Amino acid sequence: MNAPNKSGWKPGTPTDATSAMNGPDTVTGNRALMLEEPLIFEIGDSETTGVDFAFASRLDLAGVEQPKQPTAASEHRSRLGGLDRAEKIELPGLSEPETVRHYTRLSRQNYAIDLGLFPLGSCTMKHNPRLNEKVARLPGFADVHPLQPVSTVRGALEVINELAFWLIELTGMHGVAMSPKAGAHGELCGILCIRAALEARGDAREVVLVPESAHGTNPATAAFAGYRVEDIPANADGRVDLEALKARLGPDVAAVMITNPNTCGLFEPDMKAISDAVHEAGGFVYCDGANFNAIVGKVRPGDLGVDAMHINLHKTFSTPHGGGGPGSGPVVLSEALSPFAPLPYTARTDDGTVHLVEEEDAESFAQEHYGTTMQSFGRMTAFHGQMGMFTRALTYILSHGADGLKQVAEDAVLNANYVLRSCEDVLHAPFAKSGPCMHEALFGDKGFGGELTTLDLAKGMIDEGFHPMTMYFPLVVHGAMLIEPTETESKASLDQFIAALRHVSSRAMDGDEGLKSAPYYAPRRRLDETQAARKPVLAWEEPEAPSGTPTQSERGGR
Amino acid sequence: MARYFTEEHEWIDVEGDSATVGITDYAQEQLGDIVFVELPDIGAQVAKGKDAAVVESVKAASDVYSPITGEVTEANDALEDDPELVNSSPEEDGWFFKLTIADKSELEGLMDEAAYKSFCDSL
Amino acid sequence: MRYLPLTDSDRGDMLATIGVSDIDDLFVDVPAEARLSGPIEGLPTHASEMAVEKHMRRLSKKNLAAADAAFFCGAGAYRHHVPATVDHIIQRGEFLTAYTPYQPEIAQGTLQMLFEFQSQVAKLYGCAVANASMYDGSTACWEAVAMAGRVTKKKRVVLSGALHPHYAEVVKTMAKFTEDEIAGGLPSMQGSPDDAGLIERIDENTSCVVVQYPDILGRISDLTEIADAAHKKGALLIVVNTEPVALGAIKAPGEMGADIVVGEGQSIGVGLQFGGPYLGLFAVRDPKHVRQMPGRLCGETVDAEGKRGFVLTLSTREQHIRREKATSNICTNSGLCALAFSVHMTLLGEKGLRTLAAENHRLACLAADKLDAIPGVRVLNDAFFNEFTVVLERDARELVRDLAEDDILAGVSLGRLFPHEEALSGGLLVAVTETASEEDIDALCSAISENMA
Repeated sequence: MNAPNKSGWKPGTPTDATSAMNGPDTVTGNRALMLEEPLIFEIGDSETTGVDFAFASRLDLAGVEQPKQPTAASEHRSRLGGLDRAEKIELPGLSEPETVRHYTRLSRQNYAIDLGLFPLGSCTMKHNPRLNEKVARLPGFADVHPLQPVSTVRGALEVINELAFWLIELTGMHGVAMSPKAGAHGELCGILCIRAALEARGDAREVVLVPESAHGTNPATAAFAGYRVEDIPANADGRVDLEALKARLGPDVAAVMITNPNTCGLFEPDMKAISDAVHEAGGFVYCDGANFNAIVGKVRPGDLGVDAMHINLHKTFSTPHGGGGPGSGPVVLSEALSPFAPLPYTARTDDGTVHLVEEEDAESFAQEHYGTTMQSFGRMTAFHGQMGMFTRALTYILSHGADGLKQVAEDAVLNANYVLRSCEDVLHAPFAKSGPCMHEALFGDKGFGGELTTLDLAKGMIDEGFHPMTMYFPLVVHGAMLIEPTETESKASLDQFIAALRHVSSRAMDGDEGLKSAPYYAPRRRLDETQAARKPVLAWEEPEAPSGTPTQSERGGR
Repeated sequence: MARYFTEEHEWIDVEGDSATVGITDYAQEQLGDIVFVELPDIGAQVAKGKDAAVVESVKAASDVYSPITGEVTEANDALEDDPELVNSSPEEDGWFFKLTIADKSELEGLMDEAAYKSFCDSL
Repeated sequence: MRYLPLTDSDRGDMLATIGVSDIDDLFVDVPAEARLSGPIEGLPTHASEMAVEKHMRRLSKKNLAAADAAFFCGAGAYRHHVPATVDHIIQRGEFLTAYTPYQPEIAQGTLQMLFEFQSQVAKLYGCAVANASMYDGSTACWEAVAMAGRVTKKKRVVLSGALHPHYAEVVKTMAKFTEDEIAGGLPSMQGSPDDAGLIERIDENTSCVVVQYPDILGRISDLTEIADAAHKKGALLIVVNTEPVALGAIKAPGEMGADIVVGEGQSIGVGLQFGGPYLGLFAVRDPKHVRQMPGRLCGETVDAEGKRGFVLTLSTREQHIRREKATSNICTNSGLCALAFSVHMTLLGEKGLRTLAAENHRLACLAADKLDAIPGVRVLNDAFFNEFTVVLERDARELVRDLAEDDILAGVSLGRLFPHEEALSGGLLVAVTETASEEDIDALCSAISENMA
């Protein structure tokens, strides 16, 4: 036998069974792959750049025509009008390798759909297909200016129009305003269309009715549009109280804003009756489309009498949430509201051409094609909307097709009900008895032991490797936990999540005080939000050094 | 000096023609850590039962109503730098504003300390 | 259906666990007449990745990409080279597929990035505090106007005529609903902005003055006098910037007394994308105005072990808490675009930004001189950064259309921006960034001189 293992290398053998987090302190503060990362202001400096501006004399050796050498700047006087920026800006730079490392390290402190189930109720954190990303980056979409002559952007207009067509068909509505930049912006667009329509018929109204369970954007939007907001009462089943609503309707009510499926994860079975009653009283129905994922391809809001509904492309149609945007919020509109939609818009005429209608030709286009004067309420944003999101959403829609989208809704609802029924014996489920939920399951904190709260349970879920559910929303359930698994989770993934939720729930019910200090294993323990709000530090400032010490910029950074 | 309480958890100390307003210990306990207080301008006219100030915790913003009608004569500037006074001393150092009393009869119907205590116990 | 992991046997097992026999039993609350029995008729069914890509590629080919043209369009959206690193970072799943950082313990990546972003924007604008971004420049502009109303409690808004007309339209549209009074106008076709005229329009009821810098015609002037005049009347100065690269060369608005600085951040890191998604930047010079700001703010704090960390803060201003009393109904920022901006800005650093700005200005000066030498063409601007206005002796809009036939995107005509304004119809906005080569500039000049007839 030769000398065994000359190098002496052996696979590691565990010697100690105690928790991995109880090891000795490290000099760096890092814990292996859990890497601490300073701010760019602490590691970069004003003299470093990761971008080259060198002008190559001969880049292409194959003999292709070469660019001219640049004309020296000195040949042209500066035309900055004497406004040169003399003071230091103090923007730190990093070299390219340092930049990649900085952001890669930061990225690893984030939870994401790509890492695991992300059950944030009413946020629809579904898988983001990478084909969407690839398509959005095609030069014909990514590298096109919004004010190029229309003849050079026919394809972009076709994308907008093709997506518009799908959104209209899927919702059974008459028209769609594509320009709103996000859900809340779309909501504003819908309410402004309603106000414009009422004003056009000389019928100023003052009140918008919003259920207490609504997203906070609903009352904020209605108040912005100049309306007084009143609550719509809910019944014991978590639905709109139809009789109470009918009793409140009258000539002062401009609109009713309803979320359907509602924020308790329940479908409003009286939706059509609600719409009929609102229309009878001369008002309009706004539907918050945040929860459209539960019914896409199964139910068309237009069939339920809705007049306006925004669609969050980043929810139902899988465009990435990106750590908080960008979103995109097209608004589908009924025939009564369509003429009031904002500029610009696209429209396909009988000859098959897609037109871009802007301020310039809005009037003539309306005269020629609709036989009316222009009634648009105005413009909500520069340019044409979230084109980069349109290409992604259309790619997603075409991938699924009408049959796939129906399956999306069915699987989303199936997954949520599976979670609901698998956990209702360990967690209080206030509406479980009233029947199935839609795409999200709602629980409350009733029965938690000790002083434990929903927040503690949520932080316990972090240690189990999951992003917590939506907490404390909707407001109508105490300590609410709203769980939306989405259709892109497998049964195995749901089973693991359920096991974790059951375990943490039992700990909460048993009053396990250990939950108060969770999370233990995240990149940070609980953060002091009180300090952050009392003494806000919102921008980096160079720390004051003892006098005589050179400052970072004086030292030239590192 | 007499102290009265409202069902919205404000207290009011009356001294002659002027009064001092704050929120009760029960209210600060419910709100949790106070991070910001927005006070009325001096000279502002406030009306009984209407918004006069705002008190914010990390996750909630609540309106503070004036218990009576009057003109604001002083605001507690110390709260600007030190909102935690509302937590540590709600019914003394953490007062919100002082005002003139327009109509003394408005004080009728406010609770005294004992009535307020039993009101809180019933919540 | 490649995005759906459940198998039919999973579905059967799960329905059994739930205690129903059919998926439609879960849709019982939907009235039968509203429930569709099968897929919506007349629409395509699911398609392979290859088929979808082919279709989308075909549509993309119907557009003329800027890279395939001699390209000079600006007017609020600028083409700059975006380093490959930027696109790589924003496609990391941990950034791309994360949500708003509401659980800070597992969102420090996004939060620290936002804190760095806010700090970068504040420095660029010469301000104290910037927020975590808004939808785009035009909506940020409106939010600034609304904020000025909250701060000053006045309702009269003075818009410079040289504000981007889309921005002005957004403000006018929104103001219809808030009943603010808007005083606007058209840009004066002079070499320098009509600052004196603007100052005259400020009165005691004015909540704010809105000025673009560089303005819609590319002109730049010192804003200090306007700031002083506004402050004297108790109004705020709002400065709008649509080309952040310019601030690597010219004075920051905050240095000249602007109270709120807003703008479009697209130029840095984001790309053209036919107009969106873009990146609204929003900053205030005086920290005491922070609580009146709209949008998300990220702040520094510590965790239970005393380690530095970041959280979203001052959220009581926002709609999910304040509801109808919120400062704005906004609830998203433009997170991924903010990341792109921040990565690009980190790669540049002050040195890179200044070099980039100098290169833009060099090329713009070169182009301006060459264009000015063409008979029938006159450069309007006394001063500019990388965009300027030329006045042609023919309709600029038609010229732009004609040149596009030859893959020259000559710029944005004032006719496109200010339709039906005869006096402006000869105006052409020409933006020259580092992406334009000197050959492109020569091609533009010879095409224009050939087409002046």
